[in-house]
Amino acid sequence: MAEFTLPANSKPGVGKTVPAPPGAKRVRQFRIYRWSPDDGKNPVIDSFWLDLDQCGPMVLDALIKIKNEIDTTLTFRRSCREGICGSCAMNIDGVNTLACLKAIEDIRGPVRIYPLPHMPVVKDLVPDLSHVYAQYRSVRPWLQSESPPPPDREYPQSVEERDQLDGLWECILCFCCSTACPSYWWNGDRYLGPAILLQAYRWIADSRDEATGERLDALEDPFRLYRCHTIMNCTRTCPKGLNPAKAIAEIKKLLVLRR
Amino acid sequence: MSRARTAPPSRLRSPLGRARGLGSAKEGVEHWIAQRITAVALVPLALWFVAAMIGVVGADYDTMQDWVGRPLPAIVLVLLLIATFYHAALGLQVVIEDYVHGELARIGCVVVVRLVCVALAIAGIVAVLSLALGVAD
Repeated sequence: MAEFTLPANSKPGVGKTVPAPPGAKRVRQFRIYRWSPDDGKNPVIDSFWLDLDQCGPMVLDALIKIKNEIDTTLTFRRSCREGICGSCAMNIDGVNTLACLKAIEDIRGPVRIYPLPHMPVVKDLVPDLSHVYAQYRSVRPWLQSESPPPPDREYPQSVEERDQLDGLWECILCFCCSTACPSYWWNGDRYLGPAILLQAYRWIADSRDEATGERLDALEDPFRLYRCHTIMNCTRTCPKGLNPAKAIAEIKKLLVLRR
Repeated sequence: MSRARTAPPSRLRSPLGRARGLGSAKEGVEHWIAQRITAVALVPLALWFVAAMIGVVGADYDTMQDWVGRPLPAIVLVLLLIATFYHAALGLQVVIEDYVHGELARIGCVVVVRLVCVALAIAGIVAVLSLALGVAD
């Protein structure tokens, strides 16, 4: 059955508390999920009090400050710090988003930071994404075309055809959407999830791709595609403002149309 | 957060092999279409049924038998029963596939739900027909 409570070894306990430096005026509490594979202990929630006058504006700035100045063992992914790489996806204030795009000022009360929900945890805020990456590979996310390309240039595409890819190509594969989806939580082993289905549709919608039929064949499955029940958590949480639910609906529409 | 830590530790199959699994069932679109068609059909059917039932509140058995014996109520009642239990079987199957993991339990539950829905639909249709044709006397 679906699990509605955490297993005993995943229940978080209370961790350490690090007070703000003396004389700090604008202090904020950061409650951060910590788990290490090395000590065999349950996860804990550590509490760090930071002086916001000595910290950058975004949640990622606070995490980097903690790692640099307070606790070097704090583990998280980050790279571009401007919302284009998707590395720092995590659950902040109860919503999956990118730490680099989430302003501390937009959060009321303590800033609660957890890893992406319902994924195996490698350490602290780092989830294991190998399965979702494999699912991405399974939809063949590349141009499949048998017609030879023009010898001297790219496959041509009209402006209107190119417009079909808007709202799809911007996806940075941060997996905020997939890990916000209850269907993906309960059946992520077989359901592809909103991120992968949006990517699959990105190639279905590409006028230069000639494998649309095979792509639809591979998606038509009660678990791979039809676990989507239009819950819309994906669209609500996407830090890039995309609409994976609409992409999934388009796939379902095409499956009806080709009958 | 928990799944991998409770799973058996040595899963040596590659992630891609696991993601591809048994491949696509190449099925599901008919289920999806049927669920939507029955849902749309149930809107007028259910509204008609509620209105009709309000119209016969407090009626005795003979009045009900006369009413069900007319062609239109008999036909629409049978349609309502078919749409209801068809839709219920499809919807409950989705709920089971969402929440019942373990292959045998899932398949068993779906089979039981389908059999029960067919049985209830037939029971309802027989009841309507025996009333309408006067067999129930």
